[in-house]
Amino acid sequence: MYQKFDVVIVGAGGAGLMAAMQLPNASVAVLSKVYPTRSHTGAAQGGVAAALGNLEEDHWKWHMYDTVKGGDYLVDQPAAEILARDAIDAIYELEHRGLPFNRTPDGRIDQRRFGGHTRNYGEAPVRRSCYAADRTGHMLLQTMYQNAIKNQVRFFNEFLALDLLINEGRVCGVVALEIRTGEIHTFHAKAVLFATGGYGRAWRVTSNAFACMGDGMAIAYRRGIPLEDMEMYQFHPTGLYKVGVLLSEGARGEGARLLNGKGEYFMERYMPTLKDLAPRDIVSRCIIKEIKEGRGVNGEDYVYLDLRHLGEKVITEKLPDITEFARNYLGVEPIREPVPIQPTAHYAMGGIPTDNDGRVVIDSKWTPLPGFYAAGEVACVSVHGANRLGTNSLVDLIVFGRRAGKHMARFIAENDHVPLPPHHEDFAREMVDHLLTSKGGESAARIRNELQGEMLENVFVERQEKGLQHAMDTIAGLQEAYKKVQLQDKGKTFNTELVEAIELGFLLDCAAATVHGALARKESRGAHYRLDYPERDDVNWLKHTLIYKGDGTCEARLDYKDVILIDDPIFKPKERKY
Amino acid sequence: MKVTLRIKRFDPDKDAKPYWAEYTVEASPVDRLLDALNTIKWTIDGTLTFRRSCAHGVCGSDAMRINGRNRLACKVLIRDVGEKVTVEPMLGFPVIKDLVVDMDPFFRKYESVKPYLITYDNEPGTERLQSPEERARYDEGTKCILCGACTGSCPSIWGNPDWVGPAAIVNAHRFIFDSRDQGTAERLAILGQRNGVWRCRTIFNCSDACPRGIPVTDLIEQVKRAIVYGDRNID
Repeated sequence: MYQKFDVVIVGAGGAGLMAAMQLPNASVAVLSKVYPTRSHTGAAQGGVAAALGNLEEDHWKWHMYDTVKGGDYLVDQPAAEILARDAIDAIYELEHRGLPFNRTPDGRIDQRRFGGHTRNYGEAPVRRSCYAADRTGHMLLQTMYQNAIKNQVRFFNEFLALDLLINEGRVCGVVALEIRTGEIHTFHAKAVLFATGGYGRAWRVTSNAFACMGDGMAIAYRRGIPLEDMEMYQFHPTGLYKVGVLLSEGARGEGARLLNGKGEYFMERYMPTLKDLAPRDIVSRCIIKEIKEGRGVNGEDYVYLDLRHLGEKVITEKLPDITEFARNYLGVEPIREPVPIQPTAHYAMGGIPTDNDGRVVIDSKWTPLPGFYAAGEVACVSVHGANRLGTNSLVDLIVFGRRAGKHMARFIAENDHVPLPPHHEDFAREMVDHLLTSKGGESAARIRNELQGEMLENVFVERQEKGLQHAMDTIAGLQEAYKKVQLQDKGKTFNTELVEAIELGFLLDCAAATVHGALARKESRGAHYRLDYPERDDVNWLKHTLIYKGDGTCEARLDYKDVILIDDPIFKPKERKY
Repeated sequence: MKVTLRIKRFDPDKDAKPYWAEYTVEASPVDRLLDALNTIKWTIDGTLTFRRSCAHGVCGSDAMRINGRNRLACKVLIRDVGEKVTVEPMLGFPVIKDLVVDMDPFFRKYESVKPYLITYDNEPGTERLQSPEERARYDEGTKCILCGACTGSCPSIWGNPDWVGPAAIVNAHRFIFDSRDQGTAERLAILGQRNGVWRCRTIFNCSDACPRGIPVTDLIEQVKRAIVYGDRNID
């Protein structure tokens, strides 16, 4: 089926909905492969940062500094300035739209401490995270969806994007599968925004939903658009042991501490100033080090998150959801017992490269691909650099989702539709038909399982040449096996086996790009820690990786792009201490 | 341990009517029921169809009828259900395939109660003020994840599919009792109609079904009282 709109937005999480809000006078289609309220934005817990200064002195420039330093200086600094400045108005906008923030006694938005957020350029933790209990993402997603209903946004629920259409040097549409009927649809548009989120499901232990399969990144990658800094993947320090479900950094913001098997609160040994509130890459590395040196609990591969001293009132009122996760999934009572945790795959700092208006840029010279936009986790602006600070993901969604929406509003006013390319559905139809008719005998579940194990083993918190090469070879083999995937369900109606197989193809491409970037970057920076190159190397590596899909199934071509620094001595790269 | 799942199945492309299928899988007592469903899908029968996403009870995708009660498959552990478990699609919704039901009518009802903040005053330059007590007044309703477990458990919905249902009322409550909102009269007018709150017979199935622990029946009663007494501050 063919339909024509001004704008097509793929993904109905925070970024997609925020962009849709900026287009009240345009015809907009929002595609979601789930129902919008199922989007993974809803799983964010701890908060959304903005230097409101409601409880103590704070300034956007401090927030910007923390973001740049937290990202180990791989952040494009003008983007970080926009993030920190615009966050303040964006929070007020969310409040005006109805977001039920927790409140101070005098009725203002309450704020709490969070990892890596400091006052006066690193002196001490600052209360910057605006929050709604430990379900801030849920509240944000609900609020945005409520406003989308108010604005009568047109949703296409349970539509899986398959391909991006490009013609005459412009992006002009999307091809998608309607899951319920199995029909292929073409959405012809002047502008397309990808807001499809991340790919945490590439790892066995992850905080991410089943839906986080890297769809948008892979679709763009297959169409010759590079992916930026894919080696920069965040492992959140406190996932529930074995389950991977997130225990918010908000817990440590409220005072919870990490405890090793010997009963030591070990973070003060590593980071004397911020201790448990050091940025995530550092805390995850410290946990792995404790475990490797035999100080895990009972010598096993986990440590504890200790909330006991917070008391029942704080735990119940400010951290109710994560308390329930610990009770339900581990049978642990956080009021009385420490909670077993381990680092869990969480967030892609990298993604589709964009400028500060969400426009996708396709080379080291920042050349835009007109009509194509990306925002949220799928995009790399880059405000998170080599390591994202907690709460900055929601800030990213609202600030850059909004900017992308506003830019699209201008773009569609000034441009007409370009015609669709010839045979525009062929690529998507072949993908689907191949999977439905293949008799290769291979199991998608087996491939996915092997991929997830390999990534956890060799592309995790600590990396080195040998392991990365092993992962590369494994993924190449899995890419070949993927061509032989055979389905049992050949039906048209709600074929989730087909959906899972298509998504696995996306995930393999994202994993391959990650390993290509990680093998090439011979230094340690932020979340990318190489045991064989343990130091940061600003002379050779203060630059963004651009990964282009190569000719073979698993091959890639790499290029690099300068990091944008601003002329201010405060932001000059220096050693990262907390 | 071995777990046997008895699952109600239906594929409109192949089946004239629904049928029961049994699968036995290996599972750990602390596995989620969702893990067992995935084991079936990934190792025994790829045609088994259900929705899932976050897998920890916050996205609301996998509400289904488990041993006769609406639950999220990702919140129920194997140790909660034992060695034999019966799984069906939720009642009160049209079935699309296997455990997947049509959620569109559910969302239309949700939309009908104006589930968004309505204000007529100019917005202040910063946040609107709201005391912690005012914020607490509508907290329960903000927890809703729109999974449909309450609505699908309600005999009043089974008897009358046009009824607005508990989930929509919970989301109306969330705004009716929000001190910032100015749309109470509009919403109460909608909920005072024939298919509004009055079809609730106070059966409490909804409160039992809610995976977020929302006291659904209680919130519905508060809305009824707001309509009768015209005062949203009555508890």
